[in-house]
Amino acid sequence: MINKIWFFMILIAVIFAITAGKLELLSEEIFSSLSTSVDLAIGLIGGMVLWCGILKVAEKSGLVDNISRLIRPVMKLIFRDVPSRGNAMGAMVMNITSNMLGLGNAATPMGLKAMQELQTLNHKKEMATNAMCMFLVVNAAPIQFIPATVMSLRSSMGSTNPGIIILPAILTSSIALTTGVIACKLLEKTSGGGR
Amino acid sequence: MSYIIPVIIVVILTYGHMKGVKVYEAFIEGAKEGLIITYRIFPYIAAMLIAVGMLRRSGGLDFLLMLLSPISNAVGIPQEVMPLVIMKPLSGSGALGVLADILKRVGPDSLTGIIACTIMSSTETIFYTITVYFGSIGIKNIRHTLAAALIAEIAGVVAAVIICKMIFKV
Repeated sequence: MINKIWFFMILIAVIFAITAGKLELLSEEIFSSLSTSVDLAIGLIGGMVLWCGILKVAEKSGLVDNISRLIRPVMKLIFRDVPSRGNAMGAMVMNITSNMLGLGNAATPMGLKAMQELQTLNHKKEMATNAMCMFLVVNAAPIQFIPATVMSLRSSMGSTNPGIIILPAILTSSIALTTGVIACKLLEKTSGGGR
Repeated sequence: MSYIIPVIIVVILTYGHMKGVKVYEAFIEGAKEGLIITYRIFPYIAAMLIAVGMLRRSGGLDFLLMLLSPISNAVGIPQEVMPLVIMKPLSGSGALGVLADILKRVGPDSLTGIIACTIMSSTETIFYTITVYFGSIGIKNIRHTLAAALIAEIAGVVAAVIICKMIFKV
């Protein structure tokens, strides 16, 4: 999908430039975009080094386990079909906790593990269970307490206050998450499938 | 609000220190990962900045935004943010490139810039996640997943606009 989008972005740009007779502007733009991206990456390194370092300390101090304990009761409520002490629940809790802390690298392996465990509870192996659909929806709107990449980008762009987005981001994703969970519960009755 | 970052840092470091973590060594270990992540995402950002830059300079982007303006006007989404709204569900690194382009234009501390950053940090790359997660276990029928995830995404965009306008009234 992204391959097509990228290709068509460039194709459309060239067609527009030809019709407007400003093809020479495009070559200037390509090189100015490139130098922008280099400046950006240099700035980004600083923020990423800071946040990934801090998050590593959080990870090693067991903060992930503590947050897991806090969200487990909520998870039990949302995923009624999944045994609350089983491997599937454990992997899902770890995945969501990692997402909350912005530990994307840890979240994906845990998410894949959770899907495998959920599949062992599935009776129709090619059809998604309610729990799987819900897990993906919860992943679509993760509540992030430390949006490290965006904060790094903001500081590299000269923001005077990179952390200002934390509060609106938490509020926004809470609303998105709640809406998604409700929509998922309502839709699961109409989309076929068993449990 | 401007002291939130030092507070987060000192809380995490203090907690780690109390738990017996070698905070300096852990920080360095994580910082190295941060360096590698930046190195890995750079090609994606460069590719997307070139494409968005070309599209904008040629007038193509304005044309696409004009086609979308009925939607953005109805919800009150600033027009500059629309490319991000479209890119975010499809590609995380692509969206980061688009966000960088937006911030360069409107400034990271403007209302539009803050709305864009809020959208970026509160929704996920759903098409990618759905493909990878279901693909990994051979699920063919994903039922209502995409519909519910898109509803969450749209709710997130609308909420970002409303909440940012409420908090950062101008």
